[in-house]
Amino acid sequence: MTSVPMTQSSAAERDAAEGPYLQVEDLKVTFPTQDGPVTAVSGLTYSVEKGKTLGIVGESGSGKSVSSMAVMGLHDAKSAQISGSIRVGGTEVVGLSESKMRGLRGNSMAMIFQDALAALHPFYKIGGQLEEAYLVHHSSASKRDARRKAIEMLDRVGIPQPDRRVDDFPHQFSGGMRQRAMIAMGLINDPSLLIADEPTTALDVTVQAQILDLLQDLQREFNSAVIIITHDLGVIAEMADDVLVMYAGRCVEYGTCKQILVAPEMPYTWGLLSSIPDVTASTDARLIPIPGNPPSLLRPPSGCSFHPRCVHSDKVPGDLCRTELPALLPASSGTAHLKRCHLADPLQIYRTEVLPEIAPELVEETR
Amino acid sequence: MTQDPNARAQIEPTEVGANAAETGDRQLTAEGSPETPDAYGSHEISIQDLDFATLAEQGHTATKLDPLAPAVLSVDNLKMYFPVKSSGVVRRTIGHVQAVDGISFEVPKGGSLGLVGESGCGKSTTGRLITRLYKPTGGSMMFQGHDLAKLSSREMKPLRRDVQMIFQDPYTSLNPRHTVGTIVGAALEVHKIVPKNKVLPRVQELLEIVGLNPEHYNRYPNEFSGGQRQRIGIARALTLNPKVLVADEPVSALDVSIQAQVVNLLQDIQTEFDVSFLFIAHDLAIVRHFCPEVAVMYLGKIVEIGDRETIYGRPHHPYTQALLSAVPDVKQAAIGGRRERIRLEGDVPSPINPPSGCRFRTRCQFAQEICAKVEPPLLQIGPRHKAACHFAGELGSHPATPVTTQLLGVDDQGSPVAGATPTNTQLTIPGYEETWYDLKTKQTTGG
Repeated sequence: MTSVPMTQSSAAERDAAEGPYLQVEDLKVTFPTQDGPVTAVSGLTYSVEKGKTLGIVGESGSGKSVSSMAVMGLHDAKSAQISGSIRVGGTEVVGLSESKMRGLRGNSMAMIFQDALAALHPFYKIGGQLEEAYLVHHSSASKRDARRKAIEMLDRVGIPQPDRRVDDFPHQFSGGMRQRAMIAMGLINDPSLLIADEPTTALDVTVQAQILDLLQDLQREFNSAVIIITHDLGVIAEMADDVLVMYAGRCVEYGTCKQILVAPEMPYTWGLLSSIPDVTASTDARLIPIPGNPPSLLRPPSGCSFHPRCVHSDKVPGDLCRTELPALLPASSGTAHLKRCHLADPLQIYRTEVLPEIAPELVEETR
Repeated sequence: MTQDPNARAQIEPTEVGANAAETGDRQLTAEGSPETPDAYGSHEISIQDLDFATLAEQGHTATKLDPLAPAVLSVDNLKMYFPVKSSGVVRRTIGHVQAVDGISFEVPKGGSLGLVGESGCGKSTTGRLITRLYKPTGGSMMFQGHDLAKLSSREMKPLRRDVQMIFQDPYTSLNPRHTVGTIVGAALEVHKIVPKNKVLPRVQELLEIVGLNPEHYNRYPNEFSGGQRQRIGIARALTLNPKVLVADEPVSALDVSIQAQVVNLLQDIQTEFDVSFLFIAHDLAIVRHFCPEVAVMYLGKIVEIGDRETIYGRPHHPYTQALLSAVPDVKQAAIGGRRERIRLEGDVPSPINPPSGCRFRTRCQFAQEICAKVEPPLLQIGPRHKAACHFAGELGSHPATPVTTQLLGVDDQGSPVAGATPTNTQLTIPGYEETWYDLKTKQTTGG
């Protein structure tokens, strides 16, 4: 085992026993481009405890992946300006040197990517890639140990005949198996924090169900903190304890899974909920899209960044939506539930106007 | 608007302007603004006077089923086998990928049939067969008195305008070096429907219909966002006033909020132009919303087909049940409950060498000896419901003994019974019969 980072992180783990394992505070990520700086994430604050799952939802370009890559330290320090604080198990990650970062990355935190075929190296055997991930953080281990560990992990994620498949190349695996292999690679060093970036988007529903079950089993077993990034509210509903809704680089709503799905208080969340059909909903439920397109972060809208697409902004007196960015304030259903909206009584609007259109059968139940 | 392409072509440019006024409000709901994403300011003007009530008004509920609609396309026992060649100098055919193996269905006029299944089950191949991008190995596809499966390319050409396709990925299905006008207008020139000077007005009219700014005909695909590109793809498919549109995963490459816009647009198009859809998707919820009738495919075969309420409410095939149980359910989880999932182990078997008998038996929890011996017929078990399973039944009440033995003349283990007369007549027609096989009484009954 490598000496310095390990002692650091194990000491940190003791410290973090009381607090959340991952704490992100006021994170801001800016990329300078030819057309001017793009602030992909700003003012983002969240935390994840061990054994808990945070779901991050949002459209493409809303800053979901950028914020998680900042946690993993995957942004090029030369081109990305990161400010704020990210503490992983007590260690401040923002501004950490690359060599120390490398000790953490893949060891106490790991990431699963969306496209497993692109994330696995096509020239190297699955086993070789798993062994490498293990050996990097266990320098005293022999190659044979690493191979045994690789087979064990493949078996753990449910790959049949792992002792034979360990010598296969990625292209010989099916889509679901590749995703499993990548999960095995992510978990080979028992990370305390696992970030899954759209882990099931490219998969069939049956395989998606298998992978989600697997992630939940593994989380229970390793008691890790999990961040799951997705645009699929169904996946969020199944997996997440807490949900963070992002829009144009900002958190617009934050709360427990139930609060967000049953009593959302931000029109963007309503829009997300009303633009997906449900397999069990009444057929009288309407599909109401969010008008317009996501904004360009090069020139973000003034005030509330959602106001150009918001159909409820006429209920806010004056020009408030356009002129002033709403603060992230506690919602009516509890202090843990935060929303960024000027509407005076959003829950009332949701229950009386939105819900009857998108889920007529649920109106009675929630009253 | 009229159906006849020639009549449409005669629309004068001034009339196009008048049309713009008519379709103006739809354009708003559809995309909010037809501007490219960088022209951001324009969104504010167009959406600001839109309040939730009007937006909800224009949102759509699920399409209704018209049980009396005649079939516009009737597919019977369609097969597509792709040869597998050996390596080496002499490339002999050593096997076939049975991508589509004997499927039968009907697409009703002005209606939509959904085709769902896992990847590799042959859904997309079916779509490509109907548009005749592939020539089928066997079977027939009856469309307006022509069998599309037998026509030569030359004979097919006039019919192509009636069967068009919307592709999955709007980033690769549009030629980046052609302007939108060229892309959408190409079909008009190929089929020589309109004189050259009328192509542009027609293209602009189509762009209006799909909710894009008609002034943008000279822009390139890269200047549009994903949702807008998919609209260009839809405009291209609509150019020739098709009667059947094959939509191959039309929304799966799009963002959630944009998906709903495109689904609503497709529904608008369906009602306005009376187009029939073959809607191919792996997203069961979208299919449920769009299609009153659904067919479930597994490994090149239709395992269950029926109206939406039956397929989603009381599926009888174990595969459909497993597929539905795997869909994450937002509203269930919101209330706190979580459905029991039926776990399907492993992957779909290879279509080069599919399992004997029932193709699903290797992953089916109810599989018995008969499943390996006899292939279950696609049996009509309700007024608009067919399932191909020896143990067809609602979840939790699958019968202990096979239901198909009398019809097939076999015993419970699948061995032929001496002297039995298999009745196999009603098993393969594309549509639905007046009578069906009742699972409880094991008799043929009628309405």
